[in-house]
Amino acid sequence: MSPTSRPLAYVHSCTAVLRNENIDTDRIIPARFLTTTERTGLGKHCFEDWRYAADGSDNPAFPLNQANARGCAILVAGHNFGCGSSREHAPWALLDYGIQAVISSEIADIFRGNSLKNGLLAIVVSAAEHRWLLDNPGIELRIDIADGSIRLPDGGTIRFDLDAFSRHCLLNGVDQMGFLLQHEAAIATFENRMEEAA
Amino acid sequence: MSARTLFDKLWDSHQVAPETESTPGVLYIDLHLVHEVTSPQAFDELRLRNLQVRRPDRTLATLDHSTPTLPANASGVRPYYTKEAEAQVAKLESNVREFGVDLMGWDSPQRGIVHVAGPEVGATQPGMTIVCGDSHTATHGAFGALAFGIGTTEVGHVLATQCLLQRKPKSFAIHVDGALQRGVTAKDLILHIIGTIGIGGGTGYVLEYKGDAIRALSMEERMTVCNMSIEAGARAGLIAPDETTFAWLEGRERVPKGDAWDRAVAAWRTLPSDTGATYDREVRIDASTIQPSVTYGTHPGMVVAIHANVPPAADAVEQRALDYMQVVAGKPIAGAAVDVVFIGSCTNGRLSDLRAAAEIMRGRTVAAGVRMLVVPGSEQVRRDAEREGLHEIFRAAGAEWREPGCSMCIAMNGDLAQPGQLVVATSNRNFEGRQGKGARTVLASPLVAAASAIAGRVADPREYMTQEVAA
Repeated sequence: MSPTSRPLAYVHSCTAVLRNENIDTDRIIPARFLTTTERTGLGKHCFEDWRYAADGSDNPAFPLNQANARGCAILVAGHNFGCGSSREHAPWALLDYGIQAVISSEIADIFRGNSLKNGLLAIVVSAAEHRWLLDNPGIELRIDIADGSIRLPDGGTIRFDLDAFSRHCLLNGVDQMGFLLQHEAAIATFENRMEEAA
Repeated sequence: MSARTLFDKLWDSHQVAPETESTPGVLYIDLHLVHEVTSPQAFDELRLRNLQVRRPDRTLATLDHSTPTLPANASGVRPYYTKEAEAQVAKLESNVREFGVDLMGWDSPQRGIVHVAGPEVGATQPGMTIVCGDSHTATHGAFGALAFGIGTTEVGHVLATQCLLQRKPKSFAIHVDGALQRGVTAKDLILHIIGTIGIGGGTGYVLEYKGDAIRALSMEERMTVCNMSIEAGARAGLIAPDETTFAWLEGRERVPKGDAWDRAVAAWRTLPSDTGATYDREVRIDASTIQPSVTYGTHPGMVVAIHANVPPAADAVEQRALDYMQVVAGKPIAGAAVDVVFIGSCTNGRLSDLRAAAEIMRGRTVAAGVRMLVVPGSEQVRRDAEREGLHEIFRAAGAEWREPGCSMCIAMNGDLAQPGQLVVATSNRNFEGRQGKGARTVLASPLVAAASAIAGRVADPREYMTQEVAA
């Protein structure tokens, strides 16, 4: 079963911050790892060319290698995260690495859709809230999917929009293939009408 | 009915179930293109759920990303970069056999990059919805088809149901008036557009390119423009079908024939946006002011005219991009020393691209120390180019003439640049490490790429063009 069949209501973790804007899916998972035929096992290559030094050791300058980011499941990233290639390997790699939610001021369309279908929360917040989150790495956040809120350590909240269907699927572990398959009769009707018209 | 855009018409005519506040709409997909990289997990999903491919007749597969561009040896063994690459290709070959899908495979004279081969065989037609697990599916919008990239989960959805769950994006008209100057190509135009609206400027929108300069483009040029819509964040880019479109398509293998062709063309003529149709956003671009353009940074929105100075970095991230590229603000990119030149990809790997590059290369040689790869976009392009002797021009100049595939655009088949090397590439992405770890990519037209190969530095093609050369 795909990961979306596991219900997800909250993400409660510390934040790791990557301030860079326009982090593309090639950065998240370089193309040379796309020869896999599995969904799993990409975590060790997540941010490969950024994360490791030439000798294969951890690059200390990579923010996610720093002590306060270790083990954090919420990634706060610069504007326009996930641009470029449609590779679903990008959310697979992030999930396998241990990330459960990505927050930015803009998230690329295809990446966002791919993420939500895999149970990786992709959240867009306002520019001011985004700036604040970028400036405060390592804080504990509690993301509540049902009411679309992010609770801050001081008790304050940030609201975010999530389309009703994605929310429903995440909360209930509904898989979208199943939902589509329920439309069989409508699809058959559509095809008949189309083929008569041709 | 109120005036509708081309996008509205494509969207409306493919609604199986309308979207509601709580659920996305169900959108019917006319054509599903498949390649080896983004499909294996989707076929696994079908097996797991005991599902079939609903419409094998609307599904067409090819091999392009992981495939070597060097020929097989005398015993027929292909020089795959890794065992995994070979296994991935074998997996698609077995999946198409099991599920009864057509494959333009190794033995097919039609094999090629999915966005080159699909249109060539006439699978791509106006009025269609087309998807592929590949963001450059936007290419097919050049025919007036709504075409966009999807992830692997959605590849599974389309294989099983021929449908996708979608909410309607917003519309964005890009009017391009005037005419392109000599030596300025469709690639320069789209780079200029991305530089103007920004790498995220199209996020949430479907673009429609319109205006005199767009109407004047050939189909191959239109594909170059639509191809890079995703580099501005737009999932799809559209150009209304017209006589240029119909003439290009007529007679191709998969298009309707006889009376059915006439009926299809009549229907396609109703697709262009109605007079008075409105868009959520519009910009105007003057084609006559565009110069040969190149990227100077690490995303396709960092674009500058070839002789213009690189602008100062707006912030630390941009400065880091300039440092990575080893370029200096306040100086032009023209003149930077080149290590590798790559001509090919779904952006610029078609016959007209190779002809344009060959015109520059004819009788000249690649500069000492520069490696040049020319990779046709498909077997058809290769045959046509070889018939015209273009391969001999490239070889005589010192370039490598390869077999069709994505090659150094995505650099997952072993065709890659070394750390620090500067690559002038006709492809679509200059992300850090895209063409090999540490490689520095300058995106450019085939004309700029060819001129740069000869000069050994980033060069203006107009220095090498004779009066007769068509862009």
